[in-house]
Amino acid sequence: MAYSDKVIDHYEHPRNVGSLDKDSPEVGTGVVGAPECGDVMKLQIQVENGVIVDAKFKTFGCGSAIASSSLATEWLKGRSLDEATEIKNSDIAQELALPPVKIHCSVLAEDAIKQAIEDYRRKQQQRQEAEQE
Amino acid sequence: MSDKRLVYMDNQATTRVDPRVVEAMLPWFSEKYGNAASRNHAFGWEAEKAVEAARRTLAEGIGAGPRELIFTSGSTEANNLAILGAARMYRERGRHLVTCATEHKAVLDPMLALQARGWEVTVLGVDADGMIDLDELRAALRDDTVLVSIMHGNNEVGTIHPVAEIGAICHERGVLYHCDATQTVGKEDLDVERDGIDLLSFSAHKIYGPKGVGALYVRRRRPRVRLEPIVYGGGHERGFRSGTLNVPGIVGFARALELCLEDRAGEQARIAALRDRLQERLLGELDYVHLNGHPERRLACNLNLSFEFVEGESLLMGLDGVAVSSGSACTSASLEPSHVLRAMGRGDDLAHSSIRFSLGRFNTEEEVDYVAERTIAAVRRLREMSPLYEMALEGIDLNKVEWNRH
Repeated sequence: MAYSDKVIDHYEHPRNVGSLDKDSPEVGTGVVGAPECGDVMKLQIQVENGVIVDAKFKTFGCGSAIASSSLATEWLKGRSLDEATEIKNSDIAQELALPPVKIHCSVLAEDAIKQAIEDYRRKQQQRQEAEQE
Repeated sequence: MSDKRLVYMDNQATTRVDPRVVEAMLPWFSEKYGNAASRNHAFGWEAEKAVEAARRTLAEGIGAGPRELIFTSGSTEANNLAILGAARMYRERGRHLVTCATEHKAVLDPMLALQARGWEVTVLGVDADGMIDLDELRAALRDDTVLVSIMHGNNEVGTIHPVAEIGAICHERGVLYHCDATQTVGKEDLDVERDGIDLLSFSAHKIYGPKGVGALYVRRRRPRVRLEPIVYGGGHERGFRSGTLNVPGIVGFARALELCLEDRAGEQARIAALRDRLQERLLGELDYVHLNGHPERRLACNLNLSFEFVEGESLLMGLDGVAVSSGSACTSASLEPSHVLRAMGRGDDLAHSSIRFSLGRFNTEEEVDYVAERTIAAVRRLREMSPLYEMALEGIDLNKVEWNRH
């Protein structure tokens, strides 16, 4: 299978590999996929004043899965949470020129973004509730 | 990416044609191009003579007589002819067939095709090393069993089945034994007479010969095996397989086997030493690496490893320039991980992480060291990127995590 230049570039020079403190209230974490399915993506965002100031990922998966999550972290930085939810798997697939059999990699990335945002919002809500009490 | 050097370590997929084989084949394209079935002129006669000489060489190489060898387009066709041909010929005797879960698809698919048409197929399981249980085989044989198809050496994990014992078990019950020996002819000690094999498939391109030519051994005595053809049209190969013979291919096939048998034990020992060197380096320098296949009873060329927490296709990408293969779903058309590793109970996570290195005649020690270094570097880099490795280092049991499946 031939990979697009962009997939190869993200695979060879992945952006934002790493981990943020998952226990921090400013950090949202999304983990999607399963080892027996051949891909697991962990995507994290750090939010300040409603804006994503940092994003990190770790991915177990094929080159396209690594590239999809790497690209997602790049796109997330500097966006507001609402803007972040606008990132669609089709945008990722198009940008990386993923073939049809690899579309699920971009779907996984979109789901990881959604989960990370959800996780962050849940933490914020819990904090607000704790403050109100 | 193109600046990286190329190393071929996928010799169980196919091999480089030995230059001595090419040399033997060359006259048979443009100088001596007769049809071996042309009985009325010299072009035909010399082609027929060459084919018969090749047939003798190949038959001798497996302990058979020359009239017991049918040329085919390769092992896939030989397997199909053996299984479909025997099942259809002996349909009145019985409609039960036995095979095992780690066979090549060229055996399993014709079996499934027969199953869909009214035959009953017993698929034997294997143990964690990829070996069938001989008692299970004995128990599977019935009065209406007509054929057992169990391979010699496995193409993915290299496990070698005890063919002589399988042959004896089949013959006790009067059942025909077909053996797919594509990975072992010219490499392992094999003799159809001694080992009690009735049908045996093998191919030129796995033994440094050309693609597109193979053979099926069909026993003629004790018992005489008959097959219903799957290709009709002229009655070539004593009616077993019609079609103009691939004369240059057949000449090359025989030369290739001859070269393998010149110093079979010596060559296999040299390849095993290279394989062991690769294995020792990789297992010595990386943790969480699992050997797939039988630790002792396996092909000299084969090294199948699962690098835990690293997905196989991404590892292949990291090894660009190095030709190896993976049991990962992502590398197959079916999107299913290796059926062989699954049958061995390896778990899909380890199947996704498997890489097969297969060495051959033309590999060098220096290539082994280079591939070891590249693999170690790529595995380390990908593990740095792997959420699973991070979790394992944190002491999390990955089997107890509730995954968010897709």
